[in-house]
This record gives sequence, structure tokens and C-alpha cells, in this order.
Amino acid sequence: MTDIASPTVRISARPASATRDIGIKRRYAAERRFRAYGIGAISLGLFFLALLLWTVVSNGYTAFQQTTITLPIEFTEKVIDPKGERATDGKVLMTANYPLLVREALIKQLGIDASKRPQVKQATDMVSASSRTLLRDIVVADPSVIGKTIPVTLLAEANVDSAFKGQIDLNVEESKRKVKDQQVTWMNELASAGVLKKSFNTGIFTFGASSRPEAAGVGVAALGSLFMMLIVLVLSLPIGVAASIYLEEFAPKNRLTDLIEVNINNLAAVPSIVYGLLGLAVFINFAGMPRSAAVVGGLVLTLMTLPTIIIATRAALKAVPPSIRSAALGLGASKMQTIFHHVLPLAMPGILTGTIIGLAHALGETAPLLLIGMVAFVVDYPGSPMEPSTALPVQIYMWANEAERAFVERTSGAIIILLIFLVVMNLGAILLRRRFERRW
Amino acid sequence: MSTSLLLLLIVLIGFISYFAGRARSLAQANGKLSNLHSLPGYHGSYVAIWAILPAALVLGAWLVAAPMYIDSSTRATLPEAVQTQGGATVELALGQVKSVAGGLKRLTTEEISALESGSANLRSTLAAKGVALAGEGEPYMITAAQHFNAMNATNRWLMSAVVLLIAIAGGVYAIRNIATRFRARNQVERVMLGSLIVASSIAILTTVGIVASMLSEAGRFFTMVSPFEFFFGTVWDPRFAAAGSGGASGQFGLIPLLAGTLYIAFVAMLFAVPIGLFAAIYMAEYASPRLRSTAKPLLEVLAGIPTIVYGFFALVTVGPFLRDISAQLNGLVTGNYQNFIQAQSVVTAGIVMGIMLIPFVSSLSDDIITQVPRALRDGSLGLGATRSETVKKVILPAALPGIVGALLLTASRAVGETMIVVLAAGVAARMQINPFEPMTTVTVKIVNQLTGDLEFTSPQTLVAFALGITLFVITLGLNIYALYIVRKYREQYE
Amino acid sequence: MNIMSEAAVEKALDQKMNTVPYKMIGKDVSVYYGEKRALFDVNLNIRENTVTALIGPSGCGKSTFLRTLNRMNDTIENCRVTGKITLDEDDIYDPAIDVVELRARVGMVFQKPNPFPKSIFDNVAYGPRIHGLARTKAEFDEVVETSLHKAGLWNEVKDRLHEPGTGLSGGQQQRLCIARAVAVSPEVILMDEPCSALDPIATAKVEELIHELRTNFTIVIVTHSMQQAARVSQRTAMFHLGNLVEENDTDKMFTNPDDQRTQDYIMGRFG
Repeated sequence: MTDIASPTVRISARPASATRDIGIKRRYAAERRFRAYGIGAISLGLFFLALLLWTVVSNGYTAFQQTTITLPIEFTEKVIDPKGERATDGKVLMTANYPLLVREALIKQLGIDASKRPQVKQATDMVSASSRTLLRDIVVADPSVIGKTIPVTLLAEANVDSAFKGQIDLNVEESKRKVKDQQVTWMNELASAGVLKKSFNTGIFTFGASSRPEAAGVGVAALGSLFMMLIVLVLSLPIGVAASIYLEEFAPKNRLTDLIEVNINNLAAVPSIVYGLLGLAVFINFAGMPRSAAVVGGLVLTLMTLPTIIIATRAALKAVPPSIRSAALGLGASKMQTIFHHVLPLAMPGILTGTIIGLAHALGETAPLLLIGMVAFVVDYPGSPMEPSTALPVQIYMWANEAERAFVERTSGAIIILLIFLVVMNLGAILLRRRFERRW
Repeated sequence: MSTSLLLLLIVLIGFISYFAGRARSLAQANGKLSNLHSLPGYHGSYVAIWAILPAALVLGAWLVAAPMYIDSSTRATLPEAVQTQGGATVELALGQVKSVAGGLKRLTTEEISALESGSANLRSTLAAKGVALAGEGEPYMITAAQHFNAMNATNRWLMSAVVLLIAIAGGVYAIRNIATRFRARNQVERVMLGSLIVASSIAILTTVGIVASMLSEAGRFFTMVSPFEFFFGTVWDPRFAAAGSGGASGQFGLIPLLAGTLYIAFVAMLFAVPIGLFAAIYMAEYASPRLRSTAKPLLEVLAGIPTIVYGFFALVTVGPFLRDISAQLNGLVTGNYQNFIQAQSVVTAGIVMGIMLIPFVSSLSDDIITQVPRALRDGSLGLGATRSETVKKVILPAALPGIVGALLLTASRAVGETMIVVLAAGVAARMQINPFEPMTTVTVKIVNQLTGDLEFTSPQTLVAFALGITLFVITLGLNIYALYIVRKYREQYE
Repeated sequence: MNIMSEAAVEKALDQKMNTVPYKMIGKDVSVYYGEKRALFDVNLNIRENTVTALIGPSGCGKSTFLRTLNRMNDTIENCRVTGKITLDEDDIYDPAIDVVELRARVGMVFQKPNPFPKSIFDNVAYGPRIHGLARTKAEFDEVVETSLHKAGLWNEVKDRLHEPGTGLSGGQQQRLCIARAVAVSPEVILMDEPCSALDPIATAKVEELIHELRTNFTIVIVTHSMQQAARVSQRTAMFHLGNLVEENDTDKMFTNPDDQRTQDYIMGRFG
């Protein structure tokens, strides 16, 4: 080191090779281009994600609002029960002419001449046809309302709803749109009187299938999905964990277990529609289970989810270091005790994360459910998993096939609800992983 | 005794056995647990298993076997005139007998004797009790139904008695076995191991189920339509209207569906592979840890979105957009504002499916690329290669087998994808090469043929299984090959 | 040239050591990995056409220092280098200096042989190809052959140039990597424990090769074998805990080191 300071220090001359041309400029241009492709690809991917979400949200956020018309309805006995037989014949209240009540209330509210039939029809068209069941339920629940006048909040018809939300272009020639000028005038009139207004749409969460968008909701479908998810959880978690424990901890390494291994990996990649065919042939056709029932859907989705859970569980078991096993075995614990007392609890966060992700996947699955008859028009809540029901994504599929503007809005709204479920589940999985993740 | 009550009783016996076994082992231990080979809990579990397991197995077997036996025994009581007609007639008669049997339970003894003497009409009597009969009842059915009911009643109590007896006997046998040195834990663990094995065999059973169910249904289809016609036919026209009418069964040519499937998958891969691959390369080789930790999960969100949402996206956004832009382009060039891209078309489905596949390509390739050893990277950089030269000339060639495997896995997904094509590709089964026109796929047709009312006898329905097995074989082939390549690749760098 | 005279030349060279010009000068070089400091103000100069050996116990910073010489540390996240390193008169950490150009002048051979999964020919041709040093088939053939000759591998592989480089034995692979580095005609070759993964016979061959390469290249070699340092190098630098303990003529270092720690290490008291 001393010779740094010594006078004999010489620095070598710069050789010719230092200045040779190795095409730096051209090569760096290529480098920059290559980088740009990469950034471009990522941005494009993120752009599509944003576009997808934007499509759904911009079309769907209005689905959570619904235009309602609050009218004082006079429950006249003459209309509901003209012959006074409701005490003896239960059918009277069920079949009464409730729309007439709405019509009269509208005529009074708008001050229309009741003899002008086209005008009256235009007016009644502004209120959803679902009002019949609404009023019926009020009367059946409490027959004492008959003879009284009560303000009732009715749903506006889908086109009026769309028009009021500004989704219909009113500059289009009147004959080419579904909302007529007269109705628009009334709409504005009612709105300024505070009778017609937008409010939070609870219906989309509670209603079942309906051919009328304003009365359609995902409640029934969501219950069907809930049934299926419970079945999937109850079956696939224990079976998946048991299978993984055997394969990872006990199974001898031979051709059979090798086959099972390959098989499970393949099952994870089999198209979901094939599981639908399996369910149709085995559960419905062979075992004679009911079509359209959540129990069949649950079983099909269980089979579909099992490989995912097994793969995740095996990874989680593998991640537990062998030292834990040796420690327990060294204390005289049996292999079974070692696994159930030490290895499994340590692997649990990983297993649960995998299970949640598998469940989230099953929740969004549509194709196999189409084949086992869950494309059903289900209006009422199923009482048990054996009854006909439908599922959230299937409901979305059915609505997506409807052309009306209001259904596009509903579909997007239903997708938002589905995505919120998925986000919550995935966030749960992430939190679980963060909270319990262990580094060995 | 109903089956669920019986099950409940067995479980109850199991509970009692558990505590009995536990108590007995504790008594034998004389207050010193170390005298025991196994903990008292294991002794309890051992006894409970002996009480529950054999009884449950017998119950299960009984529930399957008994109805078969009763059916055949009832069949034997039918008049010879019916039996000689064989097959469907016997089954029909048996079905009616069962309905009658159900109805008889609701009748009083007087009504039954009126029926037996022939003075009352079987169908109307039963109808009054809310039991609908498919045809006019025959008198012999009453005797057969009574036989059926009697057998069922005997069966019920016999089953209950036998099962309960087995449960109790099992428990007693096991309790007598308990001794201080008895290896209850080993016994319990053997049962546990058995159940673990049963659980893992479900994976195999699923595959067997898929193959068996599809082969048998497809086999029925091929008795109606020749395999040659199916696999090499170029016309798809199943004629739904004629379904059930027995006559002409339409044409079931697979080729147009396969062509559409592969075409759409090809367009999707064309779209997804460059984007996914470049994204993966950038993530693995260039991105800062911060960018990587945000962009990677965000891209993977695309993989978590249900495919039905993509279908909807194609339907309301991409399809109309392509249609309108093609009309504008056409207008600019020719002055004729006629769209040349249909809203439902190969490109629409292909692009949307491509978007869905981007995260598959990128995360699979990312895994593969990051597995290339650092030494190779350093070797190249140490020679003065730029990063992109290193990627293009060293890393990608080294990772190529793995990437090919990843792409094959992605392709198998594209082939099996259903909801996007159902909503975006159209249902017209035709063979053409214009990507702007609709085509249809195997999966779309499976859905089409199996939604709505169906009967499992017509080729229109059964063809779905032939399509299903074709799809299964294609994807299985792709998967096995791809997984094999990826596995080999991993081993190389481990 | 017979053996006697070669030895004589070497002796003469060694004696003139102090007059050999510096190829690279490291001044106050410090390296940080995140918060952790791995090198402390190292001042070490590398003489031209000389083999300089870096020795010291593991974790002492010798490999870290080696990697600063062609900025391979750039590829490690949160690695930071301070101080000044010059190659000839160029500051290699000057933003104006291009790292690709630098590495074309300062090549590197790694601890474990890392041939690319390509043919032997393509492995050697890789550097010339990316740097555009050869254009025609003939030029490539020539540069591959000379490089393999220089690496002493030609006779072993000339009949199977188009077989994968990964199919060679460990020692051959490492010589292939040296040939690959030589093919770029760098001025300096850095070797990071090049023999640690090799058996004794392969090690002897590589050492012989290093010896020969010295006439054309400046070589810096990291080794944890003191015998190897003594065999192949003319200058030796001893590192300990991120500090440069001593730098000296190899002969002096192994017979009469200036620093007590060097003596202890050479005697095997720690390490």
C-alpha cells in the first residue's frame, strides 16, 4: 500500500480495446425499446382491468338507486272485496283487483280525466306492475287497512326509472322511445311535488327473479349461492385436508401416489364445464337428485374446489420445517399426534387462505351450474338446499341476456355485489396470510 | 323408525360408549395415568368407533340393498301376464304399485276392504286422498301393494333392530378389550389413517367419475350417431325441433365447433401471449420491488374476476365498440357506414378471453423466469451484455421449455372457457376464416344442448357428453404434457 | 522458449513488480448492502498483466470488492458503492461511463461454472456476437477457436463444438466460461473463486491456464485457498472483516507479512 505514494507509480496507458466500437448506441436503443414493451404490456393489462371495472361500475352504480312513487292509496272495500266474503273465502284477498287502486290514486294525483283511456293507461304504465303483490301483501298482512287511505311507496316502472336517472335520451323522436312526452311531463311534475324520488334500492338485495327489472333482485340467487358455499366449505375443507395429510405425510412414494399427484394437478386444470357434465350424469341422472337444487350445485363445486384446496394444503404442510416433526417424534408422540398437534396447526393459515381462494373461485363459477338446471326462474327464497334455487353468477348470466337498458344496469349492479363478495373474501385471505405468516 | 332417528340413536350410543370406554380405562389405571398405554380419550374413541362404524356401514349397505330386494320380491308377486311382458311394462306396473302402496296407508280398513271386494274404484278412492295414479288401477295391484307395504314395515324394524344391535355389540366388544396395556391409540390411529386414505381416493374417484359418466353417456350417443359422422362431420345441425319425435336426428359434425374453439383460442393467445410475456419479463427483470409488489397483484386481480363478468364486458363494451369502430373505419374508407365486425364475433370473444388470460401467462411465466438461476444472468451481464440482450439470448432460451409448458396450460384454459364464448362468440356453427364473423365453440354447444327441458334419450342431449369427452381429452392432453414439461423444467434448476 | 528461460523471464518480471503500471486503482472504496456496511474504505490498486489474489476468511469482503471492479454489484438490490475506482484513467462509477462498455473491458468468471444452456460454440461466440466483435462465420470460427485455445480447451472439445456446454465436466465447464470471457478480449478478468467447485486435477488445469493468461490480461482472483494464491499470483491482498489488511508481493506475503493478522491467517489461526 505504501507504493501508492511512491514515485514509481505509473498508470497504464489506455489500450486500443477501450475505444473499440461495440455498438453501444444501437444496443441501448434496443434496450430502451425492450423496456418500453414491458412497461407497455403492464400498462395495457392494468388499462384493461380499469376499463373492465369502469364498465361495470359506471353501468351499475345507479342500480343501487330506485325511483319510487309515493301515492296515497285508498283501500276501498268496493274494489278489494265487493261481496264481503273475505272472512269465509281466503282467495278473495289474494285475487282482488289491486292495480285498480293504484290507477285511482294516480288519476287523483295527476288530475286526469278518468274517461280518457289512453291517458290513463300511460299514467298507470309509470308504476311497476309489481305493485299488485305489494298491495296484496299489505292487505293480507293486515286486513284492517281496508277502507282506509294510506300513503304507499310504489316502485316506478323501469323505463321511467331509467328516464328519471337520465339514462334515456329524451331528444330521440317520441315514437322511438319507450317513455312518452306526457309521461316525462308527469314525471317532472311528480318529482317537483316530492312524490316521485330516487331512494336507496333495497330491492336489488332482497328480490328474486322477475321479468320486470324494477322488481328483480339478487336476494334469492344469493341465498342459493350461500347454500352452495356452505356445502362446499363443509365438504371440501375436511376432505381436502385429510387427503393432503395422507398424500404429504403418509403416502409411500410409489406409482399409485404418483398417479394421484398427477391426477390432482390435472383436475385443477379440467374445464369447469366438464364438472357440470359430471354432476348432470352422476348426481342427477344416476343418483336421482333433484335438478336445479343447491345441493347438486354444492357437490359439483366441491369436486371442482377440492384440487385447489389439496394443492394449497400440501404446500402449507410442506412449508412446516421437518425440525418441528422431529421434535415432536423425539418426545415420543405418534406420527398422527405429531401431525394433528403440531404440523396441522402451523399449516392452518396457509390451508385457510387456500380454502378461501377456492371458495371465491367457486362463488364466481357459472358454467357447470348452467348444466345442472340452475338457470331457473326462481322467485321465492329456497327453504332448503334441496329446493330449486339459482346462484348469483347464474342470475347475472340470465340478466345479461335481457336487452333492456334497466337490465344492463341491474346486471352491472349484481356484478358489483358479486365482486364485493369476492374482494371481501380475498382481502380476508390476504389478511389471514399477513397476520399468521411465519418465516422459518 | 326413520333413518335419521336411527342415525341419531347410533351417534348417541357412540357418545355413551366413548364415556364408558374412558371411564373403564380410568378405573383400570387405578388413578395413575402412566399405567395406561394410551390416554383414556383414546380408549373412549376406540369404543365409540366400534359402536358407530360397523353399525353405520351396515346401515348404509342395508339402505342400498333393501329397496332392490323389496322391488324384486314385489315384482315376483305381479301376475304372470304382466311379468311376461317384461321390461318397461313391469317397471310401469311396479311404479303404480308403489303409488298405490303409498295411498293405502292413508285409507281406513273399511275403505281397503271395499277396494278388495271390488266395490270401490281404486283410482278415485286414492285421488280423494290426494294420491294421483298414472293409470287405472288393476285389482292385483292392491295385493302387490299390500305385500310391498308389509315388506317395507318388516324391513324397517328389522333394519333398526339389527343396526342397533350391531352398535351395542360393537361397543360391548370394544369395552371388554380395554386393559391397561391395550394399544387403543394405535387402533384409533389406524382408523384415522383409513379415513385419510378414503379422502384422498376421492380425487381418483372424481376422475373415474368424469371418464365413466361421459363415456357411458357418449356411448349411448354413438349407438344413435356413428362416431365417424360425429368426429368428421362438417355440418352441425342437431334440429332441436325434431327432438323427441323419434325420426330424423339431425347432423352432429364436430369439425365446425372444433374449428371455432381453436380459432377463438388462437386469437386469445395471440392477444394474451405478447402482453403477458412482456409483462412477466418486465416484472421479473426490470421492475423495482415496489412496482412489482403493486402491479403483480393488480394484474392477478384479472384472474380472480369471474368469467361471467368478462362475458358481460364483451357483451356491453367490447362487442359494440368493435362494431361501431368498424362502421366508422368502413365509412372513412368507402363512405359506406356499414360495420364489418359483428358485435358477436371471433375477435370479440378472442380479445376478451385474451384479457382474461393475461394474468395466467404473466404469472406462470414470471415463476418460470425467476427460476432461471442467477448465475446465468450474472454470466451474461459479466460479459457486458445489456439486460435485454441477457433476457433475449440467455434467459428466454433457458426458460423456453417452461414457458412453452405455461403457454400450453393457458391454451387449455382458453379451449375450456365457457361463459365468455357463450356471451360473445355467437351460436352459429359454421366454418369460415373471417375473424369478424361469429363462430361457435364446443363449450357453447354443450351449454346450448343441455339447457332447457331435456330427456336423456335423445341424441340432441347426449351429444353434449360426446362433446364433453372430446373437450376433456383435448384439455387433459394439453395439461399432462404441459405439467410434465414444467415439472422437468423445475427439476433441472433445483 | 525452453522451461529454464521462461522461469528466468518470470523472475525478472517479479523483480520489476514495483515498476509495473497500475491497471485499476481503488480509492476509499466502501460498499453498503442496505444499512449494512460490507467494505470499509479499501485502497487497493491492481497492476497491469499481473495476477492479484484476494484472500481472507469468508465474509471478509473480498468477493464484494471484486464485484465492484466491473460493477456487478449494480445487479444487487440496495447495494451502494462509495469511493473511487478507476480503470486506466476512467472513473468506472462516473455516470458517463457505460456499464456495458465497462464489462466488455473487465470480464468476469464466477465461482460455479455457469455455461449458458447452449452449444459450446454459442457459449464462446456469445460475447463477440452481442458486442459485434465478429460478423462473418469465419470471424466467429476464428474467435471461438483462439479463445478455446487460450483456455486450453480446444483439443478436448474441437470435435463437439455444437454439443451443449452443460454436458462438459465441471473443470471443462469452468474453462469454457474462461474462454467465454476471453473471447470478448477484455483488459481485466475477474475470477471469483473459480476453482472452488472443481476437483484437484481440474483445479490444476485452471491454475495453469491463469498463469498463461497473465501475459495478455490483468487478472484479479478471489480464492480462499492460500496455496492457490501462492501458486498463481504475484501480488496478494488480504481482507478481514471488510478491511484491507495488507497488500504485498505474494512471496513476501507468505514468508514475511507485515501484519500480524495476515500471519495468523496464513498460519491457520483463524479463517
